[in-house]
Amino acid sequence: MITAQMFDAPRLVTQQPLMELSGVSKRYGSVEALRDVSARVYPGEVLGIVGESGSGKSTLLRMMNLEETPDIGDCSLNLPETKGNLFALSRYAARMLRAKKIGIVYQNPHLGLLMHNSSSGNVAERLLIAGERRFYVLREKARDALNASEFPLSRMDAPPIELSGGMQQRVQIAKAIALEPAVLLLDEPTTGLDVSVQALVLDTLKRLQRDRGITMVIVSHDLGVIRTMADRVMVMRRGKVVEEGLVDQVFQDPQHAYTQQLVHAKL
Amino acid sequence: MENLLTVDRLTKAFEIHHLGHIIPAFATLSFSVAPGEFLLLSGPNGVGKSTLLRTLYRTYRPVSGHVWYTLPRGQGRIDLARAADIDIALLRRREIGFVTQFLTARPRVSAEDVVAEPLLQAGTPLQEAREEARHWLETFGVKRDLWAAYPMTFSGGEQQKVNLARALIRPQRLVLLDEPTASLDAQARGALVARLADLKAGGVAMIGVFHHPGDVETLVDREIRLQPMEMANVA
Repeated sequence: MITAQMFDAPRLVTQQPLMELSGVSKRYGSVEALRDVSARVYPGEVLGIVGESGSGKSTLLRMMNLEETPDIGDCSLNLPETKGNLFALSRYAARMLRAKKIGIVYQNPHLGLLMHNSSSGNVAERLLIAGERRFYVLREKARDALNASEFPLSRMDAPPIELSGGMQQRVQIAKAIALEPAVLLLDEPTTGLDVSVQALVLDTLKRLQRDRGITMVIVSHDLGVIRTMADRVMVMRRGKVVEEGLVDQVFQDPQHAYTQQLVHAKL
Repeated sequence: MENLLTVDRLTKAFEIHHLGHIIPAFATLSFSVAPGEFLLLSGPNGVGKSTLLRTLYRTYRPVSGHVWYTLPRGQGRIDLARAADIDIALLRRREIGFVTQFLTARPRVSAEDVVAEPLLQAGTPLQEAREEARHWLETFGVKRDLWAAYPMTFSGGEQQKVNLARALIRPQRLVLLDEPTASLDAQARGALVARLADLKAGGVAMIGVFHHPGDVETLVDREIRLQPMEMANVA
């Protein structure tokens, strides 16, 4: 019989965010992609970012992945091995940190995978960057990560180009989690998949989050995806955060005029 | 005994931008709930009973007032009206439950896994969580051959049984109930009342809205009757 005493009391957060971006602005020519955006990601949560095309949500995610540096603003990751503003890191240092501590899944698998290398090789590449050289360890860890992503192991040596879209996303997920990242970034991970495959990929992600406590940030223009996945959500428009809150709060009691429009426009 | 929840002058209104005006829901409500106490919210349709529950759960953001919630093990108290969203998210996983009349489940997840989810989230091993889930599916009268099926395809009544099993599988300290007996058959209603009585005996505080308060009359300790935009009369 399950009783209340079997569980720990919650440790309330007034705790440190795991990742924090503050005052981030970025301009591409005449386009202001991000305007003074701040975001906090807390350990173990799923943060959703919604907004229409061009609202800056993917740019923000690329900043979190340290792929892009802003014109102004800071990023910190609350880990023993990181300190200070991560946007100030050299490209090499940022790449190493990204390889070891941040996983990303792109909407387009071509951005995240070498389509003609084997799937297991794609996952192993991530481990190689982090310094693993022993072949049997690479193979075993790649297998574990693919298995955790619910990828059929009989196909682990097939190149992604020969796989379906859903399977390609699973290879990306395996690559992203191979090193147990502190945070997993998901950029429209199920956009373009048919609905039944979408449900299965979301289920895999939810299971990873639940079983491993992986912190996730998920960007999507699909409000249904955000509603099923996220604990909290940020709503972006024209490079600014217009509203943030608990996911049910933002969907059921939106405060900002734009969020009300967005939520009420959903079919 | 110290109150689990102390609601102090809580006020809620909705600002509808495209109409350009504000719709008030309730104003300056104050009441408290002790551990193990069952509070019934009553009043005519549209008076704000569900809105009050959702405001306590922070699905709705209050305009003003406080909702003091006493944390376990001497950790003090926290104002649910103002606490950080992430704290509310954590409390919902562990402490505060909300039982609605509608099931929201991810597609392509079996009924037993939908029910087991809160236990899995809390770290219970898969087999144990599934066994417990089957126990509650059985108790609420969900047919055995549906346990491995996807509940989104079930009838309204069966979905509600799955919903109750999931919502009540894990004991919480405060449970908010929004018409959970709607669309239930007599067996499931009996199972629900028995489960609520168990939880109450275990010290769980409950605040509920019921279409047919007769269903839970043996459990109710106090009633708060909401009246249109006035202070509630506490019986």
